[in-house]
Amino acid sequence: MTNTVDEIAGAGAILVTGINPTESQPVIGYRIRQAVRNGAKLIVADPRRIQLAEIADVHLQFKPGTDIALFNALAHVIIKEGLQDQEYIETRTQDFQHLKKMVEKYTPDYVAKITGVAAEKIITAARLFAQADSGSIFYAMGVTQHTCGTENVVALTNLSLLTGNLGKPHAGMYPLRGQNNVQGACDMGCLPNVLTGYQPVHSDRDTGTYWQRLKGAVSRQPSAVSREEAGADSSVIESIEFDEPISLNMSVSDTIRAKFSRAWGVELSDVPGRTIAEMFHYFPHRRSRIMYIMGENPVLTSPQAELVREALEDMDFVVVQDIFLNETAQYADVVLPAASFAEKDGTFINTERRVQLIRRAIKPRGDSKADWEIIQELANRFGLNWNYSSAEEIWDEVRELTPHYFGGMSYERLDAGGLQWPCTAIDHPGTPILHKSKFARGIGQFSTVEYRPLAADATDEDYPFILTTGRKLYHYHTRTMTGKSDGLNSLIKEERMEINPQDAEGLGLDAEDTVKVTSRRGSIKSKINLTDRVPPGLVCMSFHFAESPVNVLMNPAVCNMSVASGLKSCGVRIEKA
Amino acid sequence: MDKVVLKLDDLEVMANKEDTILQAALDHGIYIPHLCYHPDLKPFGGCRLCVVEIEGRGLTISCKAPVEEGIAVRTEGPEIDKMRRVAAELLIVNHYSECLQCARNTDCKLQDIAAYIGIEEGRLQRLKRTARDLPLDDSNPFFIRDPNKCVLCGICVRTCEEINGVGAIDFAFRGLDTRISTLKDKPIVESRCESCGECVVRCPVGALVPQNMRKPEREVKSICPYCGTGCGIYLGIRGDKIVSARGDRDSVVNKGQLCVKGRFSYDFVNHPDRLTTPLIKRNGVFVEATWDEALDLVTAKFKEAQEKYGPEALAGLSSARVTNEENYLFQKLLRSLGTNSIDCCARL
Ligand code: SF4
Ligand code: SF4
Ligand code: SF4
Ligand code: FES
Repeated sequence: MTNTVDEIAGAGAILVTGINPTESQPVIGYRIRQAVRNGAKLIVADPRRIQLAEIADVHLQFKPGTDIALFNALAHVIIKEGLQDQEYIETRTQDFQHLKKMVEKYTPDYVAKITGVAAEKIITAARLFAQADSGSIFYAMGVTQHTCGTENVVALTNLSLLTGNLGKPHAGMYPLRGQNNVQGACDMGCLPNVLTGYQPVHSDRDTGTYWQRLKGAVSRQPSAVSREEAGADSSVIESIEFDEPISLNMSVSDTIRAKFSRAWGVELSDVPGRTIAEMFHYFPHRRSRIMYIMGENPVLTSPQAELVREALEDMDFVVVQDIFLNETAQYADVVLPAASFAEKDGTFINTERRVQLIRRAIKPRGDSKADWEIIQELANRFGLNWNYSSAEEIWDEVRELTPHYFGGMSYERLDAGGLQWPCTAIDHPGTPILHKSKFARGIGQFSTVEYRPLAADATDEDYPFILTTGRKLYHYHTRTMTGKSDGLNSLIKEERMEINPQDAEGLGLDAEDTVKVTSRRGSIKSKINLTDRVPPGLVCMSFHFAESPVNVLMNPAVCNMSVASGLKSCGVRIEKA
Repeated sequence: MDKVVLKLDDLEVMANKEDTILQAALDHGIYIPHLCYHPDLKPFGGCRLCVVEIEGRGLTISCKAPVEEGIAVRTEGPEIDKMRRVAAELLIVNHYSECLQCARNTDCKLQDIAAYIGIEEGRLQRLKRTARDLPLDDSNPFFIRDPNKCVLCGICVRTCEEINGVGAIDFAFRGLDTRISTLKDKPIVESRCESCGECVVRCPVGALVPQNMRKPEREVKSICPYCGTGCGIYLGIRGDKIVSARGDRDSVVNKGQLCVKGRFSYDFVNHPDRLTTPLIKRNGVFVEATWDEALDLVTAKFKEAQEKYGPEALAGLSSARVTNEENYLFQKLLRSLGTNSIDCCARL
C-alpha cells in the first residue's frame, strides 16, 4: 500500500475493484464506509454486487475478464474531457503520450459493448474519480513478482498517475492483503529470487532487467509497477550501501550473495529457485523431492489441488510444521507442532507496510515450540551453529542485512506502536506515504496495457458459467483457525455457492439443492445460495471449506489472464447433484 | 487548535474551541453525569442527564452545548439536581436490575449515575423493574441483547451507523414501547449485523453483553492474527487461556475497532485439536514421537535426498501467518542448505 489505513476516511474518491473489503478486511471496509459518510465518492467496479456497491455512487458491473478494457475507458474519458492532472503529468511522469494514444480507441461506447457497462456509467465514474481532491484505489493483491493480475495493476496505476494521486495524502494505491503477514513473508525473502528487502539472490532475467534498469541500462518495464507495489521500492534499494564497490564484472546479485554468504557463514547458491507453481505443477524434471511446509495448507489453497496431492504423494519426504493437523499434513511423513501467535514474540507486517510487535501471552500448548525455535534446532543438526535466544536477536540480524527497509526499527521503537518501512535509521520516522516527492525511478511511468479477450478457460457450451472465488466475513483462509470457533461455525456452517435466481430457475434448482460443479479439471459439490449479488452467468464460491475444495476446479495456468475479481476464475458446468 | 477559556464551577479551564461543555469537563476530570454521550460518536442529547447551567442563560444539555469564551458553567444546583433525578429515576424504573448477576456490574454507567445522584436504596428497590418481561435475543453466538436493561441511549444505533456503517439496528415503536430493534424486529443474527461487537463494547449498561463473558486476569498487547489490516489488540488472559480480546485504542491502524474475527475468534488457540507433540508417520499412521526422534529423522532424510539428487531437491513453503523472524530463519535455513526454492502461499 502506498498510503495508510488511517487516511482512508478522508479520501475524496475511492475506487474499489476486485476485492470485497467488508468481508475480507472488515476494518478497512468500515473505513471505506466512513469515508462515504464523510462525503467521499465511491466507485465499485466488480461483476458482483458486493456490499459496498449498495452505497456506491456508481457500480460498474462489468463482465468477468473485461476489467482492463474498463480501466482503459476510464483513462480515455479522463483524457478526453481534460480532467487529468496536467502539472503532475508533466513534472512527475513520462510516456503520457503513449497512454493517450493507446486509450484512444477505448471509447465508452466501444467498451460498453465489451464490458456490458453502460457508457454513461463509465463517464460518470471517470468524472467522479478525476474531479475529487484525492482518489484512492483498492484492489486485491495478486502476489509479488511472479504472479497474476499484474496487468490490471498497470491499468489502475495509469489512472492513479493520470489524476496525480500517487504520493499524496488520502490517495494512492491500496492492494489489500488477505493474510496477516503476507507482506512480511515476502519482505523477509521467502521468495525464490530475492532475499530480505527484495535483494536479488541471482540474476534471472526478471530481476536482471530490474537491476539493470535501476542502474540506468534499461527502462520501461511494465512489470516494474507491480514490483514496486509489491515492496521493491527502488529509490530505497538504490540507497543500499555496499561494503565494497560493485565491480564491473560482478553483478548486483553477486555482491548481495557475497554479503549474505559472509554474514551467514555459508556459500549461497545462484541456481534459480522454484516458485510454488513449479514445485507442484510444472517441470516434472525439476520437481522437488523433499518439501518442508511451514504454516500453510497448499492442498486447499493451490490451484488444481489434485496435482498438489499427487506431487506431495510422489515426494520422498514431506515435513509439515503447523498448529493443527490440516489437510496438507495428511501427506506428511513428519509433523512438527508449532506455537500459535499468542505463544511467542515476534513481528508482523501489515498491508500498509507497518511492522508491529506481537507478544507472548501464554505458553505454547503441550510440547509445541515457536517456529523459530524449531527451525534453529534443525539448522543446528546440519551443523549451522545458530544460537538465537530471542526473536529480537533474529530481527536485529534482519535489520543489519536489510538497512534500506528496516535499519531503524529496533524492538524498542516498535513497542511504541509500529513503524512503516522504509525506515532506514534509528532517527528515521518511517514512511507513511510512498512516492511523496519522487518515484522510485525519479519519474512515474505510464505503461500501456491492452484488453485481450479471455483465452484460457473461457466459457463454452459445455462449461457455460464463470466461477469465481471470494471470501466470507465469518471465515478465514482454509478455516484452520476459524473452523475451531463454534460461534463462527454456527454463523456459516457450510459452503453455499452464490448463484443468480434466474440461473437457478433455468437449471431447475431449489434453494436447498446440492449441485455438482464441474470444470475442465474436476468436480466438487456444494449447496447453493440464491442471490442477485451475482449476475446471471456468474457463480461464486469461497475456498474456506474442505468439503467443497473449489481449487480442485481452478486452472493453474491462468496467471497472466486478468480476472475480474482479482482472484482466479474458470468455466464450469452446474448440475443438480 | 484554537483554545477558549471558560469557568466550570469556578474553576478556570482551557478547552478546544470545537469541544462541547461535557467534553471540556470530562477532559479536566470534572464528572457530569451522562449516559447517551460517547466520545467516539456525534452527540445525541437523549438522556438529559448531562444538564448544566450556563450563568445568565439557564439550563442546557452539556453534551450538545459548545464551549464559549468567558462563559461560567455550574454543574450542580437544585434545579439541575431535580431534573437529573427525574431523568435518572425514569431510566431506573424501566431498567431490569439484578446487578450482581449482570456482566456489566461495577462497569455500569447507570450504577455510576445512581451513585452520583444518590438515589436512595429503598426508593430504588421500589422503583426498579422487577420482571424481565421482554424476550432476550441470544441468537448471535457472540453477544446477548437484553431489552429489559436497555436505557435507550442510542449508542449502539449510532455506533453501528457511524463507526462501521452497517446500520443493522434502530429505534422502533413509540412511547413506552420504544425499543432498539432490527429491521422487521427479527433476531439480530438474521439482520444485516456483522457481529463486530462494536455496539457491545460501547453499551453503557448490561443490555448488550458478550456471551459467556469471563473477565481476564491480565492483558497482553498484540496484533490480530487474521487479515492483513493488522489491527492492534489486547488479549485478555486467565490462567493460560485467552478469554477475551479488545481493540487497542492507541493503534493508529484500527483505533480500537475490530471485526468479528479479531474480537471473538480465539477459540483455536486453546482448541483440543492443537498439535502438542511431534508426529512420525509409520505404516501410514501418525504416531507420537519425541522432538529428537522427529528432528533426527528430518535431518537424515534431508541429507539423504540431497546426496542423491543434489541440494536443489529440497524445497520449502513458508507462511503468511508466522512472524517475520520465522520467515527469515526459514529461508536462511533452506538457502544455507543450498536451495533457493522457497516460496510463500501469498496467492489466496
Ligand atoms: S442496547 Fe445499550 S447501547 Fe443500545 S440503546 Fe440500549 S442501553 Fe444504549
Ligand atoms: S455487532 Fe456490529 S454490526 Fe452488529 S449491531 Fe453491533 S455494531 Fe452493528
Ligand atoms: S480485526 Fe478484523 S480487520 Fe482487523 S486485522 Fe483482525 S481480521 Fe483484519
Ligand atoms: S449525555 Fe447529554 S443528553 Fe445524554
